[in-house]
Order: sequence, then structure tokens, then C-alpha cells
Amino acid sequence: MKRPLMFIPLVFFMILAGIFVVQLNKNAAGDDPTKLESVLVGKPVPEFKLEDLKQEGKLYDQSIFNGQPLLLNVWATWCPTCYAEHQFLNTLAADGVKIIGLNYKDDRTKAVGWLDRLGNPYIISLFDGSGMLGLDLGVYGAPETFLIDSDGIIRYRHVGDVNERNWKETLQPLYQQMLEGAKS
Amino acid sequence: MIKRLIVCFALLLASGFALANAIQVYEFDSQEHEDMFRKLSQELRCPKCQNNNIADSNAELAQDLRQKVFEMIKAGKSEDEIVDYMIARYGNFVTYNPPLTLSTIILWVGPALVILLGFTMLVLHSRKGKSKSSLAMLDENEQKRLDALLNDLEQPDDKNKES
Repeated sequence: MKRPLMFIPLVFFMILAGIFVVQLNKNAAGDDPTKLESVLVGKPVPEFKLEDLKQEGKLYDQSIFNGQPLLLNVWATWCPTCYAEHQFLNTLAADGVKIIGLNYKDDRTKAVGWLDRLGNPYIISLFDGSGMLGLDLGVYGAPETFLIDSDGIIRYRHVGDVNERNWKETLQPLYQQMLEGAKS
Repeated sequence: MIKRLIVCFALLLASGFALANAIQVYEFDSQEHEDMFRKLSQELRCPKCQNNNIADSNAELAQDLRQKVFEMIKAGKSEDEIVDYMIARYGNFVTYNPPLTLSTIILWVGPALVILLGFTMLVLHSRKGKSKSSLAMLDENEQKRLDALLNDLEQPDDKNKES
């Protein structure tokens, strides 16, 4: 007796199991399904006017992103992953990578203390206490790191900590590309 | 007795203050604005705590987004303008009512497909039952075997009755 219909649930189950195997393997390899794609890639840095973290009253605007390729690192003292990535940012800065820090929804004195204690990898530190530039950038957690080219256009958004592995694999090639693009 | 009542009353008041502290209070100029705020905060999704809307979530980011929505409503922005503003920053993910695109089309077509599939299977199944009456399918040999089997089954019963 033939009952092909009987096997439909089994086939469905096998397909579903296959999908799970593929996606869970991807997750294990570091693909985080809660990551959101940035809609700002290819767009200029949004307009802003923010104070320097250490010097109150000293204002910066989006023009600081023009002229050379930069990393924009969003961080806060309440964020444990930021602590983990800070040492690596210090080594990057020592290697000559230009990083601008955006202190996001944080306590100013704590943030200044953190930089004094752990070292300051940033050429400029912006203070975004209300998180409004963060909102304009679509930041939904810290740390996040943006690659911004010499024209002030956002080229890439990295969610989570920057470490040796993802720097070598994804971020550094893009950064090099931006450096070469800036020269020519 | 009166002392106790006073203490109770004071406690009640204190708890009221505590609640008022925990919940953000938004004052709107009109009922329309309030309805719009309620609708938008149900419809916008919190990018941090996924699967919560910004009304349910108390994450810092959800609070910020509620604040932003409130400010934009106060500034007289329309519903579409506010949703577009959020989408420009967080992508289509941020709305529970996403536009019809190639990647979201399954949300509209999926349920219809499942219903269609279910109905076709139902129809096919019932048709099959009608066309193939099981007796007609048996050829001569099978019919004989069936009779023999039925006889075998009946005989023990008969013996039981006789004894």
C-alpha cells in the first residue's frame, strides 16, 4: 500500500531540522541573529553638536569626520564589553589608527575617570549624555564601532566589541581600503 | 485607631509617590495626540530588547524612543513622519508594521499559502476516499483471502457459542 501523504510531516520535520542545523552552526561561528543591519551605511554622519567629554563648553560638529578615515567607537562605563575591548582599542591607537570616541548615555565624571585610568585611545572624545546622536546613528547598544571614510560617509557598522579576530578579518581590510581611497 | 488610620493613609500616599517616580508621565495637548502616542508606542519595536514594543519595554533605549516619539508628536509631526524617522535610523526592523518588500513578502503570502495547502490536501484526501471504494479495489484473489480471514475470525466465536 502506498501512502505518500503520510511522509509529509516527516519531510517537513527534516527541512526544519536542516534549517536549524545551518543557522545554529552559523550562530556558533559568531553570527548573532539579534544584530541589525545599519541603514546608515553609505550615508553621511548625521548632523550634531556635542561637547568634548573633558572640556565642557568645547563644541564639535560633524565636520570633524572630514579629511581622514576614522573609527567612531560608541562606549560607556556601564558597558562591560566596552571594558573588554578598551585594551585592544589602545593597541590600535598605538598602531596609528585614528579613533573618535562617543561616550553614550554615561556619567561624565565616571567616563573621564575611566579614560584616565585605562588609557585614552581617542583623538577626540564626544560626550552624548542624552544619547541623541546615538539615536541618530541607530545605536541600540554599546559598544558599536562605525567606519567612516575621509568624506564623512559611514562605510560599515560593527556591533559588539572590536577584538583582534574581527579586526583582522573584517575591519582592517575595510580600513585599509578607506586609507587607500583617501590617498588617491 | 485614628493614629493607625493616619499611618495607613501616609503609607498609601508614599506608595503613590513611588509609583509616580517609576512611570514616565507624558502630558498631551489633545486626545488625538495621546491616541497617536499610544498607537505608535505599540507599533514601534524596541531594537535592543527584540520582540518587545517600546511601550512594553523599559530598556533605556525604549525610554529614549518613547521620549523622542513624544517630542515629535508635540512638535506636530504626523504619524508617518515619525515612523519614517525611526526607519531611517533603525531600519524596517523598528516597526511591527513593515512595508511590503521582497524580504517581507512572506509575511503576507505565507499564511495564505498555508491555508491554500491545507485546503488542497483536504480536497484531495476527500476525493480519494470517494473514488476508491475499498471493496472495488480488491481483485479475485484478495477477495478470497479476505473471506478466509473473516471466516477464521468468526469461527472461534462460533465455538464459544456452542460450548
